[in-house]
Amino acid sequence: MTVPCEILVEGPAAAGEALVLTAPISFWGGVDPKTGRIADPKHPQHGENIAGRVLFLPGTIGSSSASAVLLELVRAGLAPAAIVMHEPDAILLLGLIVAREMGWPAPAALKLDRAIHAAFSGKRLEVSPQTGIRAAA
Amino acid sequence: MTVRLTAEEQAIASGRDGSGTAIAMRIVAEAARLMGAERLIPIASAHIDGALYHGDSGTLFAERLVKGGARVAIRSTLNVGALDLTGCSQIRLADPQRSMARRMMEAYRALGCETTWTCAPYQVGHRPAFGTDVAWGESNAVVFCNSILGARTNRYGDFLDIACAITGQAPDYGLHKPENRLPSITFDVAALPRSFLATEIAWPVLGSLYGREIGNVVGLVTGIDADPGEDALKAFGAAAASSGAVGLFHIAGVTPEARLNAGEFHEAASRCRIVVTPAMVAEARARLSTVERPTAIDAVAIGSPHLSLEEFTRLERLLAGRQLAVPLYACTGRHVLSVLDRNGRRKPLENAGIVIVADTCVVVTPIMPDIKGVLMTNSGKFAHYAPANTGYSVLYGSLAECVESAVAGRPIFMEDAA
Repeated sequence: MTVPCEILVEGPAAAGEALVLTAPISFWGGVDPKTGRIADPKHPQHGENIAGRVLFLPGTIGSSSASAVLLELVRAGLAPAAIVMHEPDAILLLGLIVAREMGWPAPAALKLDRAIHAAFSGKRLEVSPQTGIRAAA
Repeated sequence: MTVRLTAEEQAIASGRDGSGTAIAMRIVAEAARLMGAERLIPIASAHIDGALYHGDSGTLFAERLVKGGARVAIRSTLNVGALDLTGCSQIRLADPQRSMARRMMEAYRALGCETTWTCAPYQVGHRPAFGTDVAWGESNAVVFCNSILGARTNRYGDFLDIACAITGQAPDYGLHKPENRLPSITFDVAALPRSFLATEIAWPVLGSLYGREIGNVVGLVTGIDADPGEDALKAFGAAAASSGAVGLFHIAGVTPEARLNAGEFHEAASRCRIVVTPAMVAEARARLSTVERPTAIDAVAIGSPHLSLEEFTRLERLLAGRQLAVPLYACTGRHVLSVLDRNGRRKPLENAGIVIVADTCVVVTPIMPDIKGVLMTNSGKFAHYAPANTGYSVLYGSLAECVESAVAGRPIFMEDAA
């Protein structure tokens, strides 16, 4: 089954294991830009690594420097394979827009209602901005 | 999501005014598309939070804009950087990060931004007129600009802030639109003792509670008899914006939009009501500390947002010529530092054991010794960020309690002294 999604930021098709966050995250202070690890000890997915994963975000909170952390992850090759968000965010996704301007390969961002996120938890996924999200066979 | 660019805007995005300005215009247009804005609007000024070093990518981006010939089109002040360029305090940042942080600060200066390096630009005379659209970053500055000055800004993040400053334009959505500035909830403090509302800590404690209770919706605070003054409002807004994503609050009878639209605001906010009790305040105050009654403290930090000159005067009065047992980090902008220097007030403060920190602050860059110590503060914002960013535990108290504790080297609370 393929779930079609609205495109927030264009990017390449990608594959990766789903990482579904069950609480909103602040990228600044919440994700280590040097490793991609979720560093906020209070976050339910603390210790997981977002690099190379299809990252499902129910929401974002906190600092206006989230975009800087995401840009740093992109440049270091530690970005998620794709980002799936409940709603667009004028702060975090700026990191992808700037990465594209800098000529650094950046993942796509797609919009999907958070009620459906859990269905993908732990699965290996193929993500294509054109067709949507599909669990690999 | 159909943002319509004018022919002029499209020409700029295609490079008519150089590659740097083109990058900025494409970023503003993309943000507008993402947020569903239909058009861009002209803005009167910007406050840029993007010059704080988080990694080399931010430095390379700023230098790309400089190389592309970009310049800010409107008045643009700078928020804190990662270094104290005045040399007042020692930053424990080693190369290559140190030189990349310096290059980043230099790039933003080269783009034409004013080197204010402060999180309180409204205290350096950057005060946009009531009702004007601006693009401000840094959560406390955003909430002050919207609430106390009545200018209109969203919470601008890194990269979009400088892109708006270069193009002189911003996406038209959110708090730029008057209909989104109406309060939809009342935060009533009338049940609190007047004696409490007259204290300095009432404001950061109430702000912290407000942010947690109300989050990113717009609220109306009622039950305040008189304007508590700018430093109190600054502390309320900073605490509210760190515990919740508050971008705008109103205080009945005090803030400008609430004064102008009293009847309409009361009605709009009356559908939902939070009545603040003394027990809620006591709980909010307790939550600002992460340790209970330690036997000693290792440092005191004040000045988030940056201290005003008036706050330094209060500090001097409380210190009364005494020597500190532990360092007190007093964070401020270079505009205040230059007055302290000129009036011969800096040396006595430093001789007493105060470490003045200018251009930056103790939670955004490594300044305090790298220990698992106890930090005392009167700032709701420092209390919120210090544990994660510095590794210190936090003990919250008033400015007077902070000064007495720094003199003694152990926590002194006023009720103990009585």
